[in-house]
Amino acid sequence: MATIQNKEQIAEVSKKLKKEQRTLAFRRIRSNYGLLIGASVLAILIILAVFGPMLSPYDPYEMKVVERLSEPGGAHVLGTDEFGRDLMTRLLYGARVSLGVGLAVALISSSLGLIIGVYAAYYRTLDHILMRICDGLIAIPGILLAIALMAALGASALNVIIALTIVFTPNIARVVRSSALVVREQTFIEAMQAQGASATRIIWLHIVPNTLSPLLVQATFVFAEAIISEAALSFLGAGIPAPEPSWGNILQASKLVIFKAWWMVVFPGAAVVLSVLSLNLLGDGLRDLLDPRVKQKQSK
Amino acid sequence: MLAYITKRLLSLIPVLAVVSIAIFLIIHLTPGNPAAAILGMEASQEDIERLNEELGLNRPIVEQYTSWIANVLRGDLGDSIFMHQPVSEAIAEHMLPTLSLAILAQIIAVVLAIPFGIIAAYKRGSLADYSLTGLSLLGMALPSFLLGLFLMLFVGVKLQWLPVAGYAPLSSGFWEHLKYLILPGISLGTIQAALITRMTRSSMLEVLNLNFIKTARSKGLHEMKVLFKYAFRSAFLPILTVIGQTFGTLVTGAVVVESIFNIPGLGQLILNSIARRDFAVIQGVVLVVTLMYVTINLLVDLLYGAVDPRVRLDRKK
Repeated sequence: MATIQNKEQIAEVSKKLKKEQRTLAFRRIRSNYGLLIGASVLAILIILAVFGPMLSPYDPYEMKVVERLSEPGGAHVLGTDEFGRDLMTRLLYGARVSLGVGLAVALISSSLGLIIGVYAAYYRTLDHILMRICDGLIAIPGILLAIALMAALGASALNVIIALTIVFTPNIARVVRSSALVVREQTFIEAMQAQGASATRIIWLHIVPNTLSPLLVQATFVFAEAIISEAALSFLGAGIPAPEPSWGNILQASKLVIFKAWWMVVFPGAAVVLSVLSLNLLGDGLRDLLDPRVKQKQSK
Repeated sequence: MLAYITKRLLSLIPVLAVVSIAIFLIIHLTPGNPAAAILGMEASQEDIERLNEELGLNRPIVEQYTSWIANVLRGDLGDSIFMHQPVSEAIAEHMLPTLSLAILAQIIAVVLAIPFGIIAAYKRGSLADYSLTGLSLLGMALPSFLLGLFLMLFVGVKLQWLPVAGYAPLSSGFWEHLKYLILPGISLGTIQAALITRMTRSSMLEVLNLNFIKTARSKGLHEMKVLFKYAFRSAFLPILTVIGQTFGTLVTGAVVVESIFNIPGLGQLILNSIARRDFAVIQGVVLVVTLMYVTINLLVDLLYGAVDPRVRLDRKK
């Protein structure tokens, strides 16, 4: 009888604790303005990218020579480009490409980096080989490596994703590995090994969950970096090929008409800055949220 | 110290080996036959075979790598198929504008960032601090090529204060040379300025809370003296590291910014080679810039080790 009561009590206490924890977490999120602003702006951008193209009355590829380089306002809210295509429509379609490439790179390089990082942390020999490869790839300046890879692979959205994944995976692998190493050294891992738990079980059930918060923070920054890199590559003519719109290749086109059409520089540029800024805020906010030690250290 | 230098140099060997293998392998990522890709659509089978023979692409891959790396170690980066000149010569010709730009950007960054960082730290929590911190956040979100375009639009096109694009070599006069590099220099330097401002601020904040600063103040020393002679000197080391590390980034960044302002540096060299699939040039530029990057970082590390003995001991672990 007593034990049942105890169990109930424990259940009640733990329920209360969980609730308290949740309100605490909620309060921390609410007081974290950077996180809130970053997340909301990003959400708006993603909604625009997903639904915006459906709302636009224009075709992003339809050229109207008569309307070329019309100023913003009137029928074309953000003006038209050098072929008379509606800039707003092209920016919305471009958002799909630019944000899509960024997200794809962030997701794929996080997954690969996670696998490489945790296995490197667990197996010493593998660690030496994998980390030397990562060190080597990190040593090559990212944008140059991406340019060289694009030169070999050829310009296309898929190849941009492949090239940038090769550039960013080593960084993520390093971050994951360093937090996985901390977990790996702990006594409970040794205990599990002594009990005969398999490596796969230890890695995926115990090490991986402990590396997820730094991974999430890092993935947010990679998302931002990938958007910048895609824009730079496309701007340099080694990224997404025309006529498919991306923020970077609209900027590339804008350089040729910079004397006549300021709107072709300002609006796609603002789109890049806004998305990168919101991701950086989100990343900083997530870091404060998931690793409160950093914040305490900073505010000292 | 000698042990530390040796250790750092030895640790570079595997890194450089991987770098060279990665750069070598890039050409083999080309779908299909690289020789066919280089020559284009209208190339005959014989031409392709001949180029294959010339580039050694029909030999086993390990053999190709060993002969390539042997040449590279002798300073021979191969020949550019399109420019009919050795790659090392082409790189030497395009090196100066890139370096000029990187150095100017570094100067701009340091001159802006250090006072900004000190003010932000000293006036912590004030409007000045918030605006500077906000600006540096914006600066970090603004990719240099984008800032370059904005500057080109506002300062070059609208205000017409400075030339929109182009380049004049140093031989045509210092001011001429500088005039063309100011906008690219600001575009490139801003992101570094943002980084250095943040580093200066946090490094100064840490020092300003220490006891010896309180002692200096209670002795009645002038605030300026406390700030510069005491606090800044102790806070300088981490700032120096960031400056050193960002210089490597600047050289790379210059490659991108150059192409906006039509500066005939390494960036233009590599971009022109992409369309022509001139792989020897692409590999050469990436290799040389990576070497510069690695060397600069090594020098910063060694300098750091020389100035602060704790670093040498710390890294032995």
